[in-house]
Amino acid sequence: MTYERTWQTIESGPHEYKEALHPVVLKNYGKWKYHEMLNPGVMVHVGESGDELFTVRAGTPRQDSVDLLRRLCDLADKYADGYLRFTVRNNVEFMTPHKENIEPLIKDLEEQGFPVGGIGPLVTSIAHTQGWLHCDIPATDASGVAKSVMDSLYNDFKEWKMPNKVRLSTSCCSINCGGQADIAIVIKHTRPPRINHDILSTVCELPKAVARCPVAAIRPTTVNDKKSLMVDEEKCIVCGACFGACPAMEINHPEYSKFAVWVGGKNSNARSKPSKMSLVADEVPNNPPRWEEVNDIVGRILKAYQVGGKPWERMNEWIGRIGWKRFFEETELEFKIDMIDSYRHARASFNQSAHVRF
Amino acid sequence: MDNIQESVVASREVPAESETIEADVNGQVIKKNGKFLNETPMLDELENGPWPSFVTGLKEMAERNKKPMLRGVMDQLEYSYQTKSGYWKGGLVTVKGYGAGIITRYSMIKDKVPEALEFHTFRVQPAPGFHYNTKMLRGLCDIWEKHGSGLIALHGQSGDIMLQGITAEKAQECFDELNEAGWDLGGAGAGIRTSMSCVGPARCEQACYDTLQVHKKVLDAFVGAIHRPERNYKLKFKFSGCSNDCVNAIMRSDIAVIGTWKDDIQVDKEEVKAWIEKKGMDNLVNNVITRCPTNAISLEDGEMVIDNRNCVRCMHCINVMPKALSPGKERGVSVLMGGKNTLKVGTMLGSMIIPFYKVDTDEEIENFIELAEEIVEWWDDNGLDHERIGETIERCGMKQFLEDVGLEANIDMISAPRDNPYYKTEY
Ligand code: SF4
Ligand code: SF4
Ligand code: SF4
Ligand code: SF4
Repeated sequence: MTYERTWQTIESGPHEYKEALHPVVLKNYGKWKYHEMLNPGVMVHVGESGDELFTVRAGTPRQDSVDLLRRLCDLADKYADGYLRFTVRNNVEFMTPHKENIEPLIKDLEEQGFPVGGIGPLVTSIAHTQGWLHCDIPATDASGVAKSVMDSLYNDFKEWKMPNKVRLSTSCCSINCGGQADIAIVIKHTRPPRINHDILSTVCELPKAVARCPVAAIRPTTVNDKKSLMVDEEKCIVCGACFGACPAMEINHPEYSKFAVWVGGKNSNARSKPSKMSLVADEVPNNPPRWEEVNDIVGRILKAYQVGGKPWERMNEWIGRIGWKRFFEETELEFKIDMIDSYRHARASFNQSAHVRF
Repeated sequence: MDNIQESVVASREVPAESETIEADVNGQVIKKNGKFLNETPMLDELENGPWPSFVTGLKEMAERNKKPMLRGVMDQLEYSYQTKSGYWKGGLVTVKGYGAGIITRYSMIKDKVPEALEFHTFRVQPAPGFHYNTKMLRGLCDIWEKHGSGLIALHGQSGDIMLQGITAEKAQECFDELNEAGWDLGGAGAGIRTSMSCVGPARCEQACYDTLQVHKKVLDAFVGAIHRPERNYKLKFKFSGCSNDCVNAIMRSDIAVIGTWKDDIQVDKEEVKAWIEKKGMDNLVNNVITRCPTNAISLEDGEMVIDNRNCVRCMHCINVMPKALSPGKERGVSVLMGGKNTLKVGTMLGSMIIPFYKVDTDEEIENFIELAEEIVEWWDDNGLDHERIGETIERCGMKQFLEDVGLEANIDMISAPRDNPYYKTEY
């Protein structure tokens, strides 16, 4: 049953988009006037033409099946003239000019288990990565962490309880494919790589692995007459970069690969400039299948932000106002010496002033 | 851990006596205890709770389409949960003419889970803005289920549709059918990657340029470099229609294209009045005026006045009062460069390179593409292996970069002039 090719490849790039746009979208393209959030799951955009377009947003698992997508297509056909889109945080959106379709669409979505929400000052779901299901270097399963965290934050996705939007992410290694976020849950290894000298020179390009290390901790060596690499364990900052280049430098460990929690990554330029996230918890156990310890920390941070944040303050702006000391007090997280930066440009994060809160 | 390994093997191969077994004509087991899948007690924990469960979705599909690969993958994933370790390794599967776009995965425990031996992923480029019609999406699902597992992630963090689970043998045929239906593979490895754009002018009144069109045209221009990766490392474009930057372009892309405007914020005075009447003067003061990062808004005789010369186009006031305020009319993009995540030198945010560029007409977009090509070429010539362009610029110096690609130095690029005398002028 060998396959005979007849098709000539067309390097067509991104799929054409015009056919994917609702006629009301096409008619008002670039001519929208304003929008209003009607509730946490629905917004309306009004065009200069006076046309109204309603958007209903719902959460998905991201790790989907054709069955699930066909069900979403059924809903789109029934209520949104056959169009749908997705957001960067894996939420599905149905856009329809038919106001009367909103309520039945929401009912159907909820009945099928898709939570309706995600618009406005709330938790907008969680960007996550491949994990054990598919990546070749993961220390955890991001889909499982995402599911566990969103189970706990279900109501925070559906109700306006936060000062501003909260973006979450989770990643299964320090490469952090999930990205910067208001709260990011990222694997942090705690032991240097374990080297398999028997196979290293056959599975790795040695100079490449050496060049990957951010602190020049890797040196060529010879073990049992075989070329190999060694790691200066004093110097090593357990980032795992070498493992990506060389599978014989195993960094993942069932016990010693743990989670760290970071806060204050802000993507938007609204008010303050975009900001990078900061480390606020580490040595959190990587504990499948429900990751309760991670969940507990995320919950504490959100609670404190919810109570203390003022309208429109993103996570980093709230912390900027109250200070890191109080952040640790309110969240009852422990500030540790390793949270003081010791890498390049560390000084930029030092308090170069006499400002202290007592 | 050994016990766990054995119990997994046992549950796969040695059914207990009470189990009922159905076999197909080849003697391959298709049902045990009325179920196609083996038991996955740890994964099943993730079926609890109100958020939609990927485990439930996977199981439902596997019980329906009975793809042995899905059973193998579920077994391997369960085993990962038990042993807290991953078991995939890479390889090289491609389709004719392409050097990227398929992420190759072979099981490292194929003796235990032979059905999961191969589990390759297609990265497929969606339409800009993640817009779909149901015909496209159903067609994609049908082709995918015909050749692959039926498992799909929408979307990967670079913006790809991830079709997860196909064998090398089926890859070419599957790709040909997808390609005929208008789909193309995305990037991987050391090359230009798939891109993302915000919903843009399709729905958002704040979009200052056509994110969808510019995304499509720029990525089309680099299509060869996406499919045949031969660069230092990855390079990503992302397109946000305004500085709310809904697609995280500044954090997550080497070249971030962000909509902006040059003239004054458009103010609808009647709507400002209506807003104040509805929400109150306190609200205007506390949530708009005092939240402007440059104190560019003030009250004069009870009227809101914007000092546009001091506005930094942050979008805040427009976000709060979308009916009353909107971006100006002279619109274009700011281009920031160098955003990236951890490896190798730590996280970097993109920084301003070009404060204003027009991308409305075909010719303007063409010019932008030429400039982008020039920049990528510079990085090709100057970058080291595994170095993102932001790192290259930092190592070689911004001055060098600007001179080499022929861009003018401008004061919007910095938050302050240098604080050290370590340089020399031309002599
Ligand atoms: S975060 Fe790391 S382990 Fe997870 S998908 Fe990305 S590269 Fe793989
Ligand atoms: S884990 Fe990171 S710091 Fe340690 S040797 Fe590998 S690359 Fe270097
Ligand atoms: S980035 Fe701006 S234009 Fe694009 S969707 Fe977000 S708010 Fe709208
Ligand atoms: S857009 Fe931002 S900087 Fe400009 S006036 Fe409004 S709040 Fe101030």
